[in-house]
Amino acid sequence: MEQLQQILDQALQQFAVISDEAELEQVKARYLGKDGSLTGLLKGLGKLSAEERPAAGARINQVKQAIEAALQQRRDALAQAKLAEKLAAESLDVTLPGRGMGAGGLHPVTLTLQRIEHLFHSLGFAVSSGPEIEHDFYNFTALNIPDNHPARAMHDTFYIDPQHVLRTHTSPVQVRYMEANQPPLKIISPGRVYRVDSDATHSPMFHQVEGLWVDEEVSFANLKGVVQDFLQRFFEQDDLRVRFRPSFFPFTEPSAEMDMSWKGGWLEIGGCGMVHPNVLKHVNIDSEKYLGFAFGLGVERLAMLRYGVNDLRQFYESDLRFLKQFN
Amino acid sequence: MKFSENWLRTRVNPDLSSDELGHLLTMAGLEVEEMAAVAPVFNDVVIAEVLEVVKHPDADRLNVCQVNVGEVEPLTIVCGAANVAVGIRVPCARIGAVLPGDFRIKQAKVRGIASFGMLCSNKELGIEIADAVNGLWILPTDAPVGTSLRQYLELDDKLFTLKLTPNRSDCSGMAGIAREVAALTGSPLLPLDMAIQAVATAEKLPVRVDDQQACPLYCGRLVRGVDAAASTPVWMVRRLERSGLRTINAVVDITNYVMLELGQPMHAFDAAKLSGGITVRHAHKDETLILLNDQSVVLDETVLVIADEARPLALAGIMGGQGSGVETDTQDVFLEAAFFHPDAIAGRARRFGLATDSSFRFERGVDFASTRQVLERATQLLVEICGGCVGEIGEVRGQMPAREPISLRCSRIARVLGITLQSGQIAELLTRLKFEFVMSGEVFSVTPPSFRFDLSIEADLIEEVARVYGYDNIPATAPQAALTMLPYSESQRPLSRLMQTLVARDYQEIVSYAFVDEQIERDLSGNDAPVALQNPIASNLAVMRSSLIGGLVGALRFNLNRKQSRVRLFEIGACFAKVDGSYQQTQRLSGIAYGGLYGEQWGVAARGVDFYDVKADLEALFAPQTVCFVAATHPALHPGRSAKVMLDGKSVGWIGELHPHWQQEYDLPQAGVWFEVEFDALTRSRVPRMSEIAKFLPVRRDLAVLVEDSVTAQSLLDAMRDTAAPFVHEVILFDVYRGKGVEQGKKSLAFRVLLQDTQKTLTDFEIEPSIAQLVSALNKCGAQLRM
Repeated sequence: MEQLQQILDQALQQFAVISDEAELEQVKARYLGKDGSLTGLLKGLGKLSAEERPAAGARINQVKQAIEAALQQRRDALAQAKLAEKLAAESLDVTLPGRGMGAGGLHPVTLTLQRIEHLFHSLGFAVSSGPEIEHDFYNFTALNIPDNHPARAMHDTFYIDPQHVLRTHTSPVQVRYMEANQPPLKIISPGRVYRVDSDATHSPMFHQVEGLWVDEEVSFANLKGVVQDFLQRFFEQDDLRVRFRPSFFPFTEPSAEMDMSWKGGWLEIGGCGMVHPNVLKHVNIDSEKYLGFAFGLGVERLAMLRYGVNDLRQFYESDLRFLKQFN
Repeated sequence: MKFSENWLRTRVNPDLSSDELGHLLTMAGLEVEEMAAVAPVFNDVVIAEVLEVVKHPDADRLNVCQVNVGEVEPLTIVCGAANVAVGIRVPCARIGAVLPGDFRIKQAKVRGIASFGMLCSNKELGIEIADAVNGLWILPTDAPVGTSLRQYLELDDKLFTLKLTPNRSDCSGMAGIAREVAALTGSPLLPLDMAIQAVATAEKLPVRVDDQQACPLYCGRLVRGVDAAASTPVWMVRRLERSGLRTINAVVDITNYVMLELGQPMHAFDAAKLSGGITVRHAHKDETLILLNDQSVVLDETVLVIADEARPLALAGIMGGQGSGVETDTQDVFLEAAFFHPDAIAGRARRFGLATDSSFRFERGVDFASTRQVLERATQLLVEICGGCVGEIGEVRGQMPAREPISLRCSRIARVLGITLQSGQIAELLTRLKFEFVMSGEVFSVTPPSFRFDLSIEADLIEEVARVYGYDNIPATAPQAALTMLPYSESQRPLSRLMQTLVARDYQEIVSYAFVDEQIERDLSGNDAPVALQNPIASNLAVMRSSLIGGLVGALRFNLNRKQSRVRLFEIGACFAKVDGSYQQTQRLSGIAYGGLYGEQWGVAARGVDFYDVKADLEALFAPQTVCFVAATHPALHPGRSAKVMLDGKSVGWIGELHPHWQQEYDLPQAGVWFEVEFDALTRSRVPRMSEIAKFLPVRRDLAVLVEDSVTAQSLLDAMRDTAAPFVHEVILFDVYRGKGVEQGKKSLAFRVLLQDTQKTLTDFEIEPSIAQLVSALNKCGAQLRM
């Protein structure tokens, strides 16, 4: 009995100080190998009487199991230590910058247009577009601006030839769309427009979004509602105040200029009104049955207010130091 | 339209502050663009007369003056102005006065002499005057001594500038603005001190009007024996100046004043310079006229002129001509007040590059019922100021514009505006506007007044009702309509997704002008006939772009000049061309990549972006469509490094490295790779359709071939595809090698062939015939299998 206890103690002692996996296996053989001390004891069982044998056998087995368990524990510990060492050696400087391609970005005017399109899309407005070199008829005449009308002078038009202009507004899309579709109609039409004007607050090319809603019952009060809703959502400001004041556009009657409250004052944000019966007549829509409203918003103006851009010309300079601020 | 608030308040004086009045006008559609004080704030400045000027004993440049400020004792004031002199009247700031810039006047000793105030220049008072001199502001000799300068010059006044919309010509005169304010506020309109001058002689100048449609009413009268050299009264000069008009001579000032007062332009001729009677006629072709502004204009039949028997005298309703106007020595005046139809005037001034006060009003429409009254008013002022013997009014009257009654339905007002107004309310609004109407049931029959040219249909009246009711009083309400969804096609890729692909590949979007320099079009697009603007804003922005390349190269250069070394840009926009007489406008997407493939970073060898990098970007843009690339030359591109982008056998764009020539020309240290594709080709897509995934593993065979350098990879791929060899599922090129082991002028290409059957795993035996077919096809292209 004492011998067994001695073997066990000795084995545990030896395992505990071994730090090499191969050595551990060698030491294991001294106890459990073919010539191991424990194996020797098991072999000696045969010399015992049948009465003594079971008890002695059980005791030896107990010690054997204890040694095996200790062995496994030591193996695991060594493997753990080895893995830890390997992992430690493999560690990275996680603060080094990531590699590869960066990302570019969209122009602030595009970001603004996307916001506008999303908001109007949520109300069911479809997007429609039209040509930038526009026929005089669509840019003016069909919009109730005949030849020689003083309103033409308001537009500072670029001419390509006597019949063609660079569109001065996105309103011609209204006409084109109404020619091709029957009411009810609900569209916005974003795009580039052109005027002979260039200084810190005017660009010869800029963007507008035209909106049009033609249906049996849409009113000026609804126009106010939609525009106000849009501006409040666009600027994410529920208490944004919007004001409508009488104005003049040949293609709307009544007409209004839209202002929004900004830093204690009012800022002009676009024009709007009820579609003029003559415009509806041009496209064979019965103005007794259908009413419509239209509005035009200056996209750059909205972008400037939204993003704090103070000089309109920056939009067209393509300076990466400016553009990347919107990424 | 610019005017003095004080003048307006002589015609209508509502109980409103200046700011409130401005707000009222703006909210009624007469936008107040600017409101400015005539003079800055200062006080205690009075008119003083200089009684004595004595040199300062201790200072060369100073004088010790005795000035009378209307008190018993004169004040002693030390003055440094060179133009001080005995007898002049000047502004004097008394002790306690505060001048602009918070300059406080205190009693002070100037070089030992006590000074009790300051004599002022106009600058010190912050006032601009026309004939300013260095030194003291010398006032007229009759300026009342002791009177406050502010009161004397009526400086407590504001200048309103209205931004008049084309429909509101009725407010291009003080009478109209006053009428409008009265309608908006309910304040009474104060009467004008009008008197009809007695006619002293029946003498009339004969007048003939050739086109009574263009000029339905012409009134004229002779006034003989006037003193045109008389000085224009101070009050009139003040009103003219505060409306932005210079004083010229008394007669011209009177006609200008009446125009401002009543909104009707007038003209005065020197009767002695006229030969025979007046004719209102269309100009003859190529007739010339030198205008008052020295501009010589060549006329034609579309232009209306006022002529005498010898020559045209004036462009009717636009501007007078030289040689017939009133000068200070004029004795006999012919006054003209006419109604020219807007259609006869509109656009004519603009054709000659003119925009005059007269054309502004006539082309928008002036009150045709007031023509005679205007002439009477001018006569009254003329006689009061210049004297003269008044002749009878000669009048030629044709068919005046009709004013048909317009129906206005209460129900329509409700539908259009979205508010319900009672008929009584509507009647009250119409009354305030001075519109004549009769009511029958829910319908008003409204006759527009002669001064409104913008009212012809019901909608016009609805706007008037809304305007006076107040747009602010109409609620903002959400529309009610049927809820239906919008179509949402899956076989069209939205713009936003295409842009996102480029953004993810590190491109930055730009927006550049659609007009470019003609040179850019010639250089980079080989375009000698671009679509040109008739009136470009600058010579370098004179033609419409036929490609987006100009804007991208310009933006690239802009950024390189600002120390950027890696630039990747894209733009989406229309490109223009004239094809068979019509304008073609194609939306294109274009990009340029310049500098390192990656931004400078650790652990990656720096490499410049090349053709194939950008080609991959394009392929990603087109996916799931596959495009192919065919070598072709483009004016902007390196001839050996450029290709047409082909989709379904059709050219849809270009890709390539910038030509070394342009690289040098545009100062680019490296070349950069540019692409441009038609936007429509990109948006096509397909609705995905699942096909069964093969249950058996594919077999892979690699084929490496040697081939002449000039043979394209695509030609080999095409040849293999055309064999339609069985089981061949995919062939991709995975290696290109030149150099050691490969003969000069040749290259080694390695293809990976994946073979697959849906029924079983293929054996070597089964695939051999397919491989043989591919090899045979490669051989036909001159490619030899590498051993």
